[in-house]
Formats: sequence, structure tokens, C-alpha cells
Amino acid sequence: MNEAWRYFLLFFGASLVANILLIRFIALCPFFGVSTSLETSLGMSISVIFVMTMATSVSWIAWNYVLKPLGVGEFLYIPSFILIIASLVQFVEMVIKKTSPPLYRAMGIYLPLITTNCAVLAAATESVKPGFFTKLNVPYHYGFPEALVYTIGVAAGFSLVLILFAAMRERLELAPIPKFFRGVPIAFITAALFSLAFMGFAGMFNL
Amino acid sequence: MIVEEKKKTLWGELRKGFITTNPLLVLMVGLCSALAISTRVENCIFMGLAVIFVLTCSNVIISLIRNFIPDQVRIPIYIVVIASFVTIVDLTLKTIPAVYERLGVWIPLIVVNCIILARAEGYASSAKVSHALMDGLGIGMGYTTVLLIMSVFRELFGTGKIVLFDKTIINLHIKAVPVILIMFPGAFITFALLSALLQWYQARKKPGTEEG
Repeated sequence: MNEAWRYFLLFFGASLVANILLIRFIALCPFFGVSTSLETSLGMSISVIFVMTMATSVSWIAWNYVLKPLGVGEFLYIPSFILIIASLVQFVEMVIKKTSPPLYRAMGIYLPLITTNCAVLAAATESVKPGFFTKLNVPYHYGFPEALVYTIGVAAGFSLVLILFAAMRERLELAPIPKFFRGVPIAFITAALFSLAFMGFAGMFNL
Repeated sequence: MIVEEKKKTLWGELRKGFITTNPLLVLMVGLCSALAISTRVENCIFMGLAVIFVLTCSNVIISLIRNFIPDQVRIPIYIVVIASFVTIVDLTLKTIPAVYERLGVWIPLIVVNCIILARAEGYASSAKVSHALMDGLGIGMGYTTVLLIMSVFRELFGTGKIVLFDKTIINLHIKAVPVILIMFPGAFITFALLSALLQWYQARKKPGTEEG
């Protein structure tokens, strides 16, 4: 298996086969909260890709150069990763506010929400403990490039499903739906069908 | 009289978590873990206990220190408080390997479970300690109740039986079960049905109160 193919598989697996929203049920709160309009979904997606990539990079460095050598990783990884994410989000928010007001207007309101986006913590944990969330016995540790590719895959999967789902929900507004299924219930039924479709990806590779 | 009134509000704080501000069905927070682990009743019992513990403890602590927290750094402080309690649960559950194997993934994610941060930010940061305590218990129990309803439905019809602590409690003896219920789409479908049921219940209740 050559290098490029391995990276492709990693990306493909993270984004589609083990899609973070529909297959692993992580980050569903922003998924249902934000997906009411296409525009907000786009803003959220861009913010998530940006923050997730940064958070995983910092967490990976913190784990491999600080937590693991000191032997405190097992019981300090939760507080330290979440602190990294929370402070990173706050830092990014300040930088964007000062440097690019238009970007801040587009992304600003989603940034604080990302702190509580489980996907960011999940991706950071998975990249230092491979197989933690997929419950597979991955025999090796991700190097920095692998962790990065993995994270971008997760974020891309998140964005793809979020945007698709938002487009679908805008259509649903106009559809004739039984009275008690309007709003939240029909959104979940739609998500179920989405999930069913994504389960098909699992059969594409012998992973 | 005052004591009576206080008791009433405390009871109200506890009760509101079940229907009026149910975290899953009404506030729509904390969905991730609920949908993922509701395949087995046993998982839900442990997860429910973990969430009740973390939510109650963090609510109380945050309510206690609410006057000392500078506004700008409140979110990181809440998260540190929550993360400490989650680490306690994480290390405690590790002593039950069978449960930890199935639930382990979701324990660290309690930190970012929106229920807990939402209650810290939206309620405990501006409430009396006793109210925050009751709120934590009530919301936690509301979460656990929905979790149990979902898991009973999914495990009973998805596998045909309910297994609790290695004992089969109910066995329906059906050969062809709708396996989809315990797979991923089943979680969404179950939640959709539950949510539709709540909308139906509220719509039925509303005209009734108007008449009365």
C-alpha cells in the first residue's frame, strides 16, 4: 500500500465511511440546531474545518511532547484538550474580530458554539489515540501528517452532511407533512434516511 | 408560609426537567450520546447515572462560585469544573471493564455534552445553590427517562429481548426482528417518533387547558 493511497483511505474513511454525524452520532446538537438554513450551515462548516484543524494540531503536539512523556496523559487528556479547544476558540475569535470584520460577521456567532461541539474533542482524542472512537484496534500511532489528514477528513464529512441536510430541510418547509411530524420529527426521519444511505459506504472497502 | 413556597419552587425545579424543559425533547441538547448508546438498557442506566452525577455536582459548584467568576473567562472555568467531575466518572467506570468497553467513548464527551454547559451557563450561573441542585437532579433525571424509554423500545424490538446484567428479563420469542432499530437509522427514527408523540401530547393538552 503506497503512501498516497493510505492517506486517501484515511481521508475517505474519516469523512464518509465513519461519518462523524450519521454513523458515530457525534456533534448532533449543532447539526440539528444550525441546519435550518443553508447560509448558517455554510458559516458553521467553515468555522468547524478551521477550528478542528488547529485544535487537533495543538492537541497532537501537547500529547506527544508534553502529556505522554510526563506520563499524565491518561487522566489529564480530557481537561487539557478541552482547555486547548476553549482557549483556541477564544483566541481565534479575538484575532478574527481585529483583523477581518467581514469574516467575523460571517463566522463570529458560531465560534463560541464550537467549544461545545463534541466533534472537535472527538477528533483531537482520536488523532492521539487511534481507534478510540471507532473501537478498532489500530496498531500504530498517527504521525503529524496523518493526524492532520484524519482531522480534515472528519471536518469535511461534517460539512458535507451539514450542508446537504440544510438544503434538504429548506425543501421540507414547503412539503406537506402530517401535523405532528412537522419541525423536529421530520428532520430526524430525514436524518435516518441519510444515515441509511451513508451505511452503504461501509461496504465499499474492506475496512 | 415562606417554607411552603420555597418547597413548592424546589419541587417545581425538579419536576420541570421531565416535560417542560426536557433536555432531549424540548431543549434539543445532549442528543449525541442519547442516540448512540440507547441500543441497550444497561448502557443507559450507567450513562444516566453518570450524567446526573456530573450535572448535579457541576451545577452546585458553579452556583457556589458564581459571584467570583469574571465574565470574560466564565466558559473556560465552567469547562474545567465539568471536566474534573467527568474525569472522576471516567476513572470510576474503568473499574467495571464490561461497561467501560461499551460506554468508554462517551464518557469524555460528557464534558462537551451541551446539556451540562447549557445548564451551567443558562441556569446555575444565576441561581441559588438549592435551586441549582434541584435543577441538576431534575434535568439529569429527565435525560435518563428519555434514554430509558428509547433504549427499552430499541432493545426490545430490535433484538427481541432485554438483557440486563447478563440476565434475560423479557424475551419476546420472535424470529424476525427489525434489526434496523438497533442500527444507526433506528436511533433517529425512535427519536422522531418520541418527538412526534410529545407534539401530539402538547397539542392535545393545549385546547383542554383553554377550555378549563
